[in-house]
Order: sequence, then C-alpha cells, then structure tokens
Amino acid sequence: MEIIAEHGLLFIILAGAFGLFMCWGIGANDVANAMGTSVGSRAITIKQALVIAAIFEFAGAVLAGGDVTDTIRKGIVDQQFTAANPEILVLGMLAALLASAIWVLAATSRGWPVSTTHCIVGAVIGFALVGVGADAVQWGNVSEIAASWVISPGLGGAISFLLMVSIRKLILDTEKPFESAKRWGPAYVFLVGFFISLVTLFKGLEEIHLDLSVRMSFVWALVIGVALSILGWSMIRRVTVDEAADKTFHFASVERVFVPLMIFTACAMAFAHGSNDVANGIGPLAAVLEIVHAGGKVSESAPLPLWILGLGGVGIVAGLATYGHHVIKTIGTNITELTPSRGYCATLGAAVTVVLASRTGLPVSTTHIAVGAVIGVGLARGVGAIDLRVIGGIVMSWIVTLPAGGLLAALIFFGLKSIFT
Amino acid sequence: MPSRNPMGSIFGKSPLPALQQHMRVVLDCARDVPVLLRAMANGEADAALEARNRIFRTEAEADLIKNEIRSALPKSLFMPVDRRDVLDVLEMQDCIANTAQDIAGLVVVRRMEVPGFMRDSLLALAQRCVESCELCARIIEELDELLETGFRGREAQQVEDMVGELNLLEDDTDELGAALSRILFQHEDQLNPVTVIKWYQVIEWIGDLADFAEKTGDRLRLLIAR
Repeated sequence: MEIIAEHGLLFIILAGAFGLFMCWGIGANDVANAMGTSVGSRAITIKQALVIAAIFEFAGAVLAGGDVTDTIRKGIVDQQFTAANPEILVLGMLAALLASAIWVLAATSRGWPVSTTHCIVGAVIGFALVGVGADAVQWGNVSEIAASWVISPGLGGAISFLLMVSIRKLILDTEKPFESAKRWGPAYVFLVGFFISLVTLFKGLEEIHLDLSVRMSFVWALVIGVALSILGWSMIRRVTVDEAADKTFHFASVERVFVPLMIFTACAMAFAHGSNDVANGIGPLAAVLEIVHAGGKVSESAPLPLWILGLGGVGIVAGLATYGHHVIKTIGTNITELTPSRGYCATLGAAVTVVLASRTGLPVSTTHIAVGAVIGVGLARGVGAIDLRVIGGIVMSWIVTLPAGGLLAALIFFGLKSIFT
Repeated sequence: MPSRNPMGSIFGKSPLPALQQHMRVVLDCARDVPVLLRAMANGEADAALEARNRIFRTEAEADLIKNEIRSALPKSLFMPVDRRDVLDVLEMQDCIANTAQDIAGLVVVRRMEVPGFMRDSLLALAQRCVESCELCARIIEELDELLETGFRGREAQQVEDMVGELNLLEDDTDELGAALSRILFQHEDQLNPVTVIKWYQVIEWIGDLADFAEKTGDRLRLLIAR
C-alpha cells in the first residue's frame, strides 16, 4: 500500500509513457497492415490513407475501444487475487507493457511478423503466472481469446469470400458489368455503413453514455448505412467509362466504380483497427491508473476514463505520422495483385470481423484477420497468387511471441519488484 | 522488414501476366515464319536470313521467360488455377516457338528455294497457321478477364467459344496442309528426293504451329475447368 502512495505519480507517468510508446509502435507498424489493401489496390493514395487512418483510428479507439481495453486490464488477471497487494498488479502491468514494447520493437526491427495483441496478452499472463500464481489467470477468458485468434481470420475470410461471390453474380457476370456496378455500388456502400455501425452501436456505447435498445441500434445502423450509400451514390455517379483501358482489360471501368467504395472500407478498417488495437497499449495503463487513483484499492466497476482512449488514439496517430507512412508505402507497393473490387471484399470482411471482436471484448490480431480475408478472396479464385508461406510465419509468430512476451514480462516484473520493494 | 511483413508478403507473383508475356513473344516468333518463306520464295537471301535470325532471337527470349516462370512457381503458391495446368499451357506455347525455330533452321540451312508450283499454297498454309497462333494469343490475353470473373460465367463461356473457333481453324490448316502435300506428291519427280522429303517435313512443321496453338487452347480449357 505504501508503495502506491509513495510512488503513485511515478507509476502513472511510467505507465503513460510505456502505453504511449506501445501505441506509437502500433501506429508505426500495425496500421500499415490494416491500410495495406486499400493503398495496394490503388484506390486511395498514401496521403489519403494517412488522413483516413488518423481520423478513424482515433474515432475507433475512443468510440469502440473500451471493451477490449477492459479485457486487457481486468479480464486476464483475476483482481481478487491481487486485492491484498495491489502494487503487484501495478508493477505487473508496467512490466507487461514494457516487455511488449521491447519485444515488438526487437521483432519488427528483425522483420518478424509479430502481433502486438499476442504479445501483450502473453506478457500479462506471464507476469500473472510468476507474480501472483496460476490460479489468478482467468483461464476461461484466456482460452476464449485464444480461440478467437483462430476463428477470427476464418470469419474474415468467409465474409470476404461471400462478398466476392456476390460481386461476381451481381456485377461481373452480367450483360453490362459497368451498368451493374453503378447500380449495385451504393448497395455495397450501404453494407459498409450498416454493418460497421450496427456492430459498433449494438446496445449502445458505454464510453460516451449512449444507450440504445436493440431495435434502436438497428434503426441507427440503417440510417447511417442509407446516408453513406447516398454519399457513395453521388461519388459513383461521376465514374465514367474509360474506353482505352477497357480495350486491354475489359473490366477496367468496372474496377473504377469500386474505387470510391474502397474509400469507405478504408475508413471502416481504420476504425476497426483503432477499436481493437488501442487496447494493447492502453489496457495496462488503465489498470495502473485505476489502482493508483483508488489509493491502492482494486475496484472492479470503475469505468474507463475516456481520455485514456483518446491518449491511445493520439499515440497511434503519432506513430503513423512519424514512421507508419513508410511502412504503408512499402506494403502498398508490394500489393499489386489486388484490384479495387477484391480490395473492397478483403477490407470489408476484415473490418466487420475486427469490430465484432472489439465489441465482444476480444483482443484479436487485425493483421491476421486481414490475411484471412485475402485468403478468402483467393479461395473464390480472385487473387492471382497467394504465398502461403505467410501462414507459416504467422503460426511461428504465435508460438514464439506468446512465451517470449510472457518470459520478458516475468523478468521485468522481478526487476521492478526488487527496485520498488 | 517489409519483405517479412504478412500483408507485404502474402501476395505472390502471379504467373498469368508472365504467361501472356511469353505468348506475345511466341507470336512474334511465329509471325516471322511466313515472312521467311516469302523471302525464300522470292529468292531474297538477305531478307530470309534476317527473318531466320529474328526467329532464333525471339525463340531464345521465349525460353528465358519460360524458365523465369518455372523458377518463380513454388509449391507454396496458392493460385486460382492449378500449377500443373499453368506449366502445361506454358509448355504448349513454347512448342510453337520451337517449331518456328525448327522450320527456320532447316529452310535456311538447306537453302530450300520454294518451287513455283507450291509457292501460293505454302504461303497460304503458313499464313493460316499464324492466324491460329494469333487467335491463341487473343485467348491467352483473356486470362485477366478470366481471373476477374473467377474463371466462370460468361467470360469463361466466351473463352470456350474462342477455343472452339481455334479448333475449327486448326482443322482448316490440316486441309490446307493435306492439299499442299498432294501438290508436292504430283511434282515429286521434278525435285531431288532429299528435298522432297524435307519439304514434307516443313509442311508438317508448319501445320504443327497451328497444332500447338490448338493444344495451348485445349490446355487452357483444362486450366479454366479445374
């Protein structure tokens, strides 16, 4: 108890710094994966991607980032076990943050495809195991999270697959594909607005004190979907046939119709990413802050202060502005196989899945879901070539990152403990 | 770092554009066969040699592309088409260029002057066979559209129709070839026996151009039907 009273401010500053650093890292590396499909399919420029990412990452973090943050801060470690000495939780969360930040930094500088989500979850479990004991880990929640890591890329892939099949049926395999594209385009914009806002608003948003019944959630989602599709319609209306391009590739003009659609899915993806990944940096910070504020008491019910989510959003945008744009550029230029229609399917499938996970409070890897979505499009025979070695890399990153994050967190935890006690 | 990034490295290099590039080179190669034969018929030795050299050059270029495609097709690549089928189409395309090279080599080495009685039929046959190759190349150019539509529906049907058309064209070249052989048979005693045998061979090889074009189309059919 005295430790918290004595060093309370220091803990908050440290947690704030580590948390911001994590968010910076997420913005610098991770956002590129979310925006890659949009930039790669040449639907939006890198500058547009940066502006979209900055706005919607922030919005996603603030509006829908609370549930995952709660999971990280109190869903993995059972706080009853640390009620007697809350400083353990404070030190542990600090250790988890620092360990994740170090591991992610080390891994990305070596080019290993690690997920910040896996890292922070592994780190929190790691410190809990050595600092508190195996009983303190809420294994039920942890196994749910682990299951979501397997299921979510599959779900993203399934949604993308279905979208691809529907575009084939309704647009590409018709007498006049260009006219069909213009006719159905607004409907596909509607899908973006409807699904993302439905999942986000379902039963209201606690953080901004918005209460909605199930029916009202649907009404709002419908309204937003229709509003966006009108906006989309006005953009699609201006798309014209490019006869010269159609000569070499008959569907060139059809693909032009999908360019405005990709702007909407890019926004959705940035929103989704913000809503899920901000928690990786902010969850532990929120836990530390809460304990210090309560003067060492652990209160399960303390609501999440909105400014913390805002801080996470700022960190992500900062990472994006200082370093992330380089990564977006490299990834964007690597992806040349993706046409706007495929990009639309892959991005929307991934975005819906991530937002769904965010609202369920499940920390998932946006990158892995995006990979799953691309494979879904590929299964619909929509991508020229997919290098399946990527899956091996992802599995490897799983196997390595979880114990590495945990081990590192445990070590740092002991280090911090010996300093402060 | 970027190369190992999942989103940066998930997209492999599709072999389809390279397949189209290969076919374009092969077509260039085949197109020089009538040019060569016409030069031989007109007794323009320099022009014939030039055409022969162009054929050898484009054939070598096609080989290079073929090897590049083969080496860039690891088994870890997940494609909308079967890896084996891609290689089969490639092989057939390459046979067109190889055949053109065989014709050019033989005709120039043996200085085979075209006898007047077979001149028109020979040039007509060569022209018709190149038309088969051109149609085949147009079919290969549809691969982009096939990929866009997932190798199904109207686009796939359209390609099927084009392959059907190619089959008819090949039948046509068979008849032209047979007619030319009959003409040659009637004039056999006017020529040196070895020359006669070699002309039969050249006629067969010219027909092979259309034959391999047809086979390319048939393999493409398999590739679509996976």
